Amino acid sequence: MAYKFDFGAIVPHWQLLFDGVILTTELTVIGAVVGVGLGIMGAWARASRAPVISQIVGVYVELIRNTPFLVQLFFIFFGLPALGVKLTEFQAAVLAMIVNLGAYSTEIIRAGILAIPQGQIEAAQSLAMNRVQIFRYVVILPALKKIWPALSSQIVIVMLGSSVCSQIAAEELTFGANYIQALNFRAFEVYFVVTGLYLVMSILLRMGLKVLGNFLFERRRHV
Amino acid sequence: MSLVELHAIHKSFGELEVLKGIDLSIDEGQVIALIGKSGSGKSTLLRTINGLEVIDDGVIIVDGKKISDRDADLLGLRLQVGMVFQQFNLFPHYTALENVMLSPQVVKKQSKAEAKQIAEEMLAKVGLADKMMHYPDQLSGGQQQRVAIARALAMKPKVLLCDEVTSALDPELVNEVLAVVRQLAEEGMTLVMVTHEMRFAREVCDKLVFMHQGRIHETGDPEEVFSNPKTPELSSFVGGLA
Repeated sequence: MAYKFDFGAIVPHWQLLFDGVILTTELTVIGAVVGVGLGIMGAWARASRAPVISQIVGVYVELIRNTPFLVQLFFIFFGLPALGVKLTEFQAAVLAMIVNLGAYSTEIIRAGILAIPQGQIEAAQSLAMNRVQIFRYVVILPALKKIWPALSSQIVIVMLGSSVCSQIAAEELTFGANYIQALNFRAFEVYFVVTGLYLVMSILLRMGLKVLGNFLFERRRHV
Repeated sequence: MSLVELHAIHKSFGELEVLKGIDLSIDEGQVIALIGKSGSGKSTLLRTINGLEVIDDGVIIVDGKKISDRDADLLGLRLQVGMVFQQFNLFPHYTALENVMLSPQVVKKQSKAEAKQIAEEMLAKVGLADKMMHYPDQLSGGQQQRVAIARALAMKPKVLLCDEVTSALDPELVNEVLAVVRQLAEEGMTLVMVTHEMRFAREVCDKLVFMHQGRIHETGDPEEVFSNPKTPELSSFVGGLA
């Protein structure tokens, strides 16, 4: 007997999918903003001359990059309560995404920092700028500009990776999908629609990051 | 008392000793040229004067104050000693005007209006009043180098170090930069320059320093040193250029 497709079976549950999209978006925006912020600090520490801090950040980066995201998530949600740190599903999910993106973006942004010609840093030093001023005014913007495409891809990967957070019952998009197909057994239809939703969100996110990049790196005269 | 005094400066890169005990004093208003073959240590010496190279041994005294390698000291030193580089090193994401305004604003905490006024003054001085809104990649090498000079001057340094400022330029652009340096010399700016422009050095400088194998090999009045070299090394260096 042939399978009868019935996409109409999803319609009554649209609210679940809608809420999932919203939550995935929230996780992604918070994760990306804080995660990239963490990455900028991590990259600065890695590129700095302070060996201890640089090594600590190095261990963090390697630890995260060489373990599965799902395990990191489980550790935060199921493991940390043993230390008295109890987080809600949302908090655990967002923290895992921040920690994960922080590590990857540390390495990406570090590559951008290393690509800044030493001469520009020396010019800034010779103008009596201190390390913080050099980083802020001379290094970070051109460095981010160089690696913006790579960083954008990583942010999209993290957004897609947030689907894993359904495993701790964070009610994001994949959680919604799982829930619906458990109610109506319409797995094909549900995951077909959810695949389309992720695709659209990815494309929109990429476009948004491109627009943001143009805004950040556009030549704007300040005087 | 001299504006800058260097005593027994030693500097090594790994096994290689680049500066082997340099003594040099720079008086206010003096224009000094450092010459010598590549590898003789002249650029390294220049870079020690504003702390871009940290010395292994010796004493640097600027304006009566001994400079250590602590950050605070280095920043204080660099407020007094400006530098212009061979490769210009303008900040690519800022316009010419912003390049010049940046440090007065963030280091000296000048107001935007104040920094802008000084920057416009300096850019006009180097002949770039009409290029202020251009980005570095929209300027020729000579123009970029003049922006770099204006940028250093905006900090009102007591000494300006010039590290082969014309070496990266096409021949037809060299003169516009040398003209600016000459004008600074005439205005009484204290200048120390590493240069291969021997004719320029001879015309503009008060003192010539010939370096050879990490030491000051010969020094004196440019006219005298050029026309009457005392050592075979300088003789062959000057002869090789003629």
